[in-house]
This record gives sequence, structure tokens and C-alpha cells, in this order.
Amino acid sequence: MGSTLAEKILAAHAGVRRARPGDLLTCKVDKIMATDVTAPLSIEVFRRMGATRVAHPEACVLVNDHFVPAKDILSADLSKTMRAFAHEQGIVAYFEVGRSGICHALLPEKGLVRPGELLVGADSHTCTAGALGCFATGVGSTELAAAWALGEMWFRVPETLRIEVTGTFAPHVTSKDLILYLLGELGVEGARYAAVEFGGEAVEAMPVHARLTLCNMAIEAGAKAGMIAADAVTLAYLAERGVAALDAPQPDEDASYSRVIRVDLDRLGLMVAEPHLPSQVRPAEAFRDVKVDQVFIGSCTNGFLEDLDAAATVLKGRHVAPSVRLIVTPATQDIYLRAIQRGILETLVTSGAAVTTPTCGACLGGHNGVLGKDEVALATTSRNFRGRMGDTSSRVYLANPSVAAATAIMGRIARPEDLP
Amino acid sequence: MTDGTLEGRAWLFGDHVDTDVIIPVRYCTTSNREELGPHAMSGLDPEFAAKIAPGDFIVAGHNFGCGSSRENAPLALQGAGVGAVVAVSFGRIFYRNAINVGLPFFESPEAVSCCGPGDLLQVRMEEGLLRNVTRGLALALAKYPPQVAEIIEAGGLEAYVRRRLAGRGS
Ligand code: SF4
Repeated sequence: MGSTLAEKILAAHAGVRRARPGDLLTCKVDKIMATDVTAPLSIEVFRRMGATRVAHPEACVLVNDHFVPAKDILSADLSKTMRAFAHEQGIVAYFEVGRSGICHALLPEKGLVRPGELLVGADSHTCTAGALGCFATGVGSTELAAAWALGEMWFRVPETLRIEVTGTFAPHVTSKDLILYLLGELGVEGARYAAVEFGGEAVEAMPVHARLTLCNMAIEAGAKAGMIAADAVTLAYLAERGVAALDAPQPDEDASYSRVIRVDLDRLGLMVAEPHLPSQVRPAEAFRDVKVDQVFIGSCTNGFLEDLDAAATVLKGRHVAPSVRLIVTPATQDIYLRAIQRGILETLVTSGAAVTTPTCGACLGGHNGVLGKDEVALATTSRNFRGRMGDTSSRVYLANPSVAAATAIMGRIARPEDLP
Repeated sequence: MTDGTLEGRAWLFGDHVDTDVIIPVRYCTTSNREELGPHAMSGLDPEFAAKIAPGDFIVAGHNFGCGSSRENAPLALQGAGVGAVVAVSFGRIFYRNAINVGLPFFESPEAVSCCGPGDLLQVRMEEGLLRNVTRGLALALAKYPPQVAEIIEAGGLEAYVRRRLAGRGS
């Protein structure tokens, strides 16, 4: 019997011929990523471990994204700690404010993620990178410190769940709607400990940013990894980033999956998740009476150039409702620049949006758009847990960027076709 | 946990207790257990840390600790004095973080339905049992996989790596 993509990558990194679900393997890791919120604790633990040098400085990536530009003195110190560590350890892949972005959008963009690699990151959405055919998973700070010190980590080989997608998206419907729909089917622990492998003709037709959105939210079903085997689309994307063609692992035809789910995009509409779980999903029209105080377009889920463009297309020549604040945060500096050059930000600002510099910011209720008591937001982010974006009494709905833009115009949850 | 016995009162929670409610992000500019402790579980019960006694147990349903990778979550629980978490299942990053920081945690499919708020609970590590002293019940606890047991025995991942690095002479 053949192997799934996850099994192949883990076996290769443990130096064994094959890996089966349940096997415990010690694997060599290729990339180790941490951010301004998680790296400082890792650094503290690293020192307490008695370690002095990271095993592979060239494997380390450090990204300023969560609380930057520093939102207060404590967060300034977090970045300062990480900056000093990068310098001390000779870590070249250190991304400073103004040359950075949200880690999960930044790593693919910089060509730092390659098919077949094993990537661990001290952030739960590290699974995003699986969209480029690697095995990428989130870990905590202590685990990350151990990976720095040893260059390896133990893994329990996960079962793999296969999602087969056919058909084509209707106008305004995106991979965000697909993953929200799947979360509704699977529930927030439907893929717990499992790898989720997306495939089929509709996935092959998706550009990389749409694939990143899909794998990004695999964690919301509890998954260890979201993965898409690399194909011509992946290789072309990497080639643009100076990554030479490589032999990307593919799942075997006779691989064994714990479950196969088939989705036909021809039957998929716009979806919205209501508070307080990303799996609480219904068609967008079910929420047309919900008034919102804030709309947020950004995050590692939907802060890509195409997302900003989709929002601008809906907002062009229209205005944000007087009762609404629209906050837009491009995911990376490069996306920010290209959105300026293409006039996307001009459209958004003209419509009444507040555009911020790339950061996690509002997504995690950190800064740049924190919600007050009882406030309601619609966001293009990945999570709507209680208090996620601010006060514990606030409520967050999740949707794609076109729905977000229509909602900002109407002041209540709306679809582009609901606009006058 | 030195003599291998944990004892405390039960505090009950439901399914999908996520890391945003265990420790809201506004408190995550520190990773100091003592500073995090007073805010533990504040997303669900702002009085939690003030109400519990050192060693008390959290007993919860499915998927405890789902969501973000913030290690501040198990650290906050430790800072608040939580002695152990017993849940039907755990989010996988929380599971690994709990091992790594040495927060005792146990998987039990029945515990949440066999415990009332305030029940006195006891775990003797070598028995692999959760005793509900108040109700006179004993429930079997799932065994840890060998790699995990090795790290727990070493006293957490930090101690485990320290030992390995010392062995290497680096
Ligand atoms: S954008 Fe939001 S979900 Fe993504 S890494 Fe930042 S805080 Fe996490």
C-alpha cells in the first residue's frame, strides 16, 4: 500500500523507508520559524536548556509580525529580544518592521518554503505553508527552543484525510468559502491530530494564494497539517522567487486515507461563520440582519493582494457605511507596495477604509482595531473564538473579502449581489 | 507532583475551551507564570484564578486548548495553581505544550460526565487512575506514548534537552 504526502515527508526526514499513522518518529527539521510573540520565550528556554548555539542558523526564520510596529513598551522589548538573538546567532532570515509581513504569508513569498520540506513554527497557522507541498506544523515555544538546540523533533505520524474538490467557483466565491464549508462539515476537531490533504481538479486550478488560504484554516479543524502536493502552479510560483525546479514528493495513487470528503464547487455559495467557533457556518444570506461595527480585511488567511483587490472591486465608487469602521491590513510589505502601485489602496482609502501597515494587529485583538464591549465585527480572519478580537463580550463573524467589503458598505452582513 | 500524587477540587468546563479564553492575548506580553496566573481562564470566568485553591483540577470536554500555539496558556494555568487538566481530548499543540512545560494533563472520556463541580479528585501517577473521592469512583486514564513518557519523566522538555546536550558535551 502506498503513502500519503504527510507519510512520505515524515519518513524521509526520519530516515525510514515508510511511515504509518501512529508511528513515533524523530525527524530532522528543515525550517524553524518564530515570531515576536513566541521567540522571546523560546530564547529564554533555549538558554535554560544550557544551549549556546542554534544547531542550524540557516534553518531559522524570525519574523516581526504580531505586535509590530511595537504597540507598547513590553512588545518593543519582545522584538528587541528577538533582534538581539538573530544577531548573536547569525540568523540571516530575520525580518524587521518595514521589510516584513505576517509570517505565514511572508515565508512563501520570500521563497523560504519548499516542497518536501519539514517546517515547524511557533504559531498555530504554520500549517499554511503546506500549500506548497511541504509538511508544516505549529508548535509551542519550548518545543521550538528544543528544535533550535537539537535540529530535530518527535512526531506521531498522523492519519491523512483527503479532500477531493471538483467544479468551479461561482463569482465572488473563493477558497475561504470552501474551507469554511468544510469546517462546518468537519467541526473544530474533525481533523484533530490528522493531516488534511487537498486535491482534485479544482485545487489544481487554484492559484497559490487561494491554496494558502485553504491550508491556513486546516488548524481550525484541529489538523496538524494542511497540504497540497506541489504541481506546475507551485513550481511556477517558486521559480518567480528564484527557487530552482525540484523533485516534489507526491502522494501515491494507492495511499490509504482515514476519510475522503468530496466537494463540488458548482454547489458552493458564500459562507459565513458565526460566533464563537469557525465551524459554526451557514450560507451568508442567513446573517443579513446582523449589524456590524467593524469590518477587518487582512490576516494570514485573507490579506493577500488578490484579497485586497477583491475588496476594492466591490468598494470602487462606493462608501463605507457611516456606522462602520473598515480596517484593511495587507499581509506583507510586498503586498502593501503592489496594492499601492495598482491603485487598490487608493480605492479603499477613498471609500473610507483605514489602511494599516502589515501586522497581525486586529486579527488577534492585539492592536490596530481592537473591539470594545458588545461590539460586532466581520473579519476575513481564521478564528472567531470568544474575545479573539477584543472584549470578551464582542462577537466576530468570518467571511471572504468580497463579503467583507459588501458588509462594510451596507453596515450589516451582506453579499456583493445585495448591494444597491 | 513529587510523591506522584495529585489532589484537588474539580472545576468543570465544556468542549473546545480555546487558548484565547484560557489566556486572552492582551496578557501575552509576558510568559511569566506568576504574572499570567491571575488571568487564567478569564475569557470564560474572570474570577477563576481568585476562586481556585492550589492543586485544583480543570475537568473539561472535547478539544481542550484548541486554537493558538501560545505556550502562555499552560503557563497561565500553572501560575493560577491548577494542579492538572483532565479532558476528553486536547488540541494537539496544547497537548505538546503541556508535556513540555510540565503541566499534568490526562485524557479521560468519562471524567467530565462523572464529576460535579467541587468534587475531590485524586490521581496517583503509578496507578494510572483518576479517583473521584467525593463519589467513590475510579476511572482509568490513557497511557502516554513512550516518547512523551520519557520527556515527562525528565521533568519536561527543557530538562530533557539539557540532559541530551550535556551528554553530547556541547
Ligand atoms: S494574522 Fe492572525 S491568525 Fe495569522 S499569524 Fe497573525 S494573529 Fe495568527
